[in-house]
Amino acid sequence: MRVLTAILSIFVNPQFYKIALTAATPLIFASLGGVFSEITGVVNIALEGIILMGAFTSVVFTYLTGNVWFGVLMAIVSGILLALLHAWGSIKWAGNQVVLGTAIILLSQGLTGFLMEPIFGQPGQTDFVGKVDEITIPGLVDIPFLGQVIGEISPFVYIAFGCVAFGWWLIYKTKLGLRMRSVGENPEAADTLGVNVYAIRYFGVIMSGVFASLAGAYLSVGEIGQFKELMSGGRGFIGLAAMIIGKWNPVGAMLASLFFGLFGAFSNQLQSLQEITVAANVKSLFDTIPFVLTIIVVAGFVGKSRPPAADGVPYEKSE
Amino acid sequence: MKKPEMKKLLESIAVPVLAVLIALLISGFIILAIGKNPIKAYGVLLHGAFGSKQAIIDTLIKTTPLILTGLAVGFGFRAGVFNIGAEGQMAMGALMAATFASNFGGLPPAVAIPLTMLIGMGAGAGWAAIAGFLKAKTGAHEVVTTIMLNWITTYVASFMVTGPLATGSGTPKSPEIAQSAQLPILMRVGAMELSAGILISIAAAVFMYVFLNKTTTGYEIKAVGFNPYAAEYGGISVAKNVVLAMAISGALAGLAGVTELMGVHHRFLGELSGGKGFDGISIALIGQNNPIGIIFAALLIGALRTGSNEMQFMGVSKYIVIIVQGIVIFLVAADRIVKAIYARKKVKE
Repeated sequence: MRVLTAILSIFVNPQFYKIALTAATPLIFASLGGVFSEITGVVNIALEGIILMGAFTSVVFTYLTGNVWFGVLMAIVSGILLALLHAWGSIKWAGNQVVLGTAIILLSQGLTGFLMEPIFGQPGQTDFVGKVDEITIPGLVDIPFLGQVIGEISPFVYIAFGCVAFGWWLIYKTKLGLRMRSVGENPEAADTLGVNVYAIRYFGVIMSGVFASLAGAYLSVGEIGQFKELMSGGRGFIGLAAMIIGKWNPVGAMLASLFFGLFGAFSNQLQSLQEITVAANVKSLFDTIPFVLTIIVVAGFVGKSRPPAADGVPYEKSE
Repeated sequence: MKKPEMKKLLESIAVPVLAVLIALLISGFIILAIGKNPIKAYGVLLHGAFGSKQAIIDTLIKTTPLILTGLAVGFGFRAGVFNIGAEGQMAMGALMAATFASNFGGLPPAVAIPLTMLIGMGAGAGWAAIAGFLKAKTGAHEVVTTIMLNWITTYVASFMVTGPLATGSGTPKSPEIAQSAQLPILMRVGAMELSAGILISIAAAVFMYVFLNKTTTGYEIKAVGFNPYAAEYGGISVAKNVVLAMAISGALAGLAGVTELMGVHHRFLGELSGGKGFDGISIALIGQNNPIGIIFAALLIGALRTGSNEMQFMGVSKYIVIIVQGIVIFLVAADRIVKAIYARKKVKE
């Protein structure tokens, strides 16, 4: 009973929802990146690597210039460059997109690991270099409960929701969005109607790089102010799972990311409950929850959730 | 060999060889960018991999599991599945084998060794088959599920060596496996011990070559990988073969974990292998998914891994090997880039 009350008490604690939101933020960026790439027909598992590179680049440039936002800007540049590489291999050279994505993940892991010592003089992790401060929303912060959740929080959380709104508008309310969707569904038909299939796909993949790099920047300078090796920690893949559950729709992907965030926060809070007395190593089993959950939902939702028809298929103009 | 066959073989070797050369060239510029001499760095790397008897033994020790993870991924590619989770299957194989093999003291080696291997292969197969089953039943992409299984393995492994299997103090580890379950040592140079694991790996490659090319099951799996629709039309069950393909791939990865356990560490250390599963991807691609090609590709990556340790002493991080692999995988996946370079060179000639 005491344990049950303790577990239930998690849900009335505003801190729990704040943790859930911040845990969901990188996933929202990553899943939105997945949506932008895949609705144009390019599978992008490189997200995992782009997140890692974004986290690293933002820390490097914050360290060099002392300006966190310049760090974030350079993270976006790194994301665009890696995405361009993926797009070039996938679109121009019609390579296997999943294998190309793996190559970019390895490149990111290799480059970030390789550059640690020349830049920071130590492997593993950097020192604290500076971080983006939480913002306080006047008025909102005074509202009980809600104010404690979103009244004083990292601006990245708001940026993430802004990106989702922008993404939804772009994909469903603009001519460009219609073209993106048509290229992902039926590139031959789109081509016949005069849509430049290659250009649209480049655009989708590059945007996915922008969003994924923001996920990385949030993890490093947005949250802890330092870089740790392999700190992307599978979020690119969980983001892809959120994209699938969200049926390749920015809003759906966001909701799925929030769902993952809630579960992450729940297992996190559960581990810190004093009422549950189990060995420390058993608590570490709680860490498997998001990954088990991802498998279950991916298995449960695909089939019911249909990818764009030309997703993953290179397009080649017939003569 | 007849002339057209020879030409085909040369062509299939040309892409990976060129890809490796281009990757080394680009990585050379990266080394140059941090102010080190790439030629000297590669010289040190080569010396570290083959410069002494000890170095050669070390390279062969590192090559042993890589042949197996290369086979695991390469076989998966032939069957149309991308097993990116060899890392986790390897650890799962070693974990399960370690759990049982510390109690095998009463058994003679002729029983204990194959039994330990079977447990490891079974664990790897079962772990991978989860992803195969989900792909066949629900269409869940094996890349997402096997990556998630890798992460789960990380936590389960650390739970096991700090909990149920924990032994002694200091770094977490399992108890030592029984002497009778350890692989015999073929050669000893200094502290380096080359176990019979290398023979197991090579035998596995030969076995896979025969299996893929001379058996009906091998043919069916290849047919599904080549064109699932045609295979289904031809009366081959795609679902069954996807599960089977993942299980075989996982068994090979599990065997990689077990050769490390039985031949090198003799304990399970609670960690994933630090990239041997991912090395398997580049090895499979360099070896063009051919079991015999994979042996040579594994030797190449094993040499890079061994040599890069020595390169660290001159201030060039061993991460350069990961960069090389990233570039190689990219170039082999988009092999038209390499073919275009190759064609342009030919025109010039």
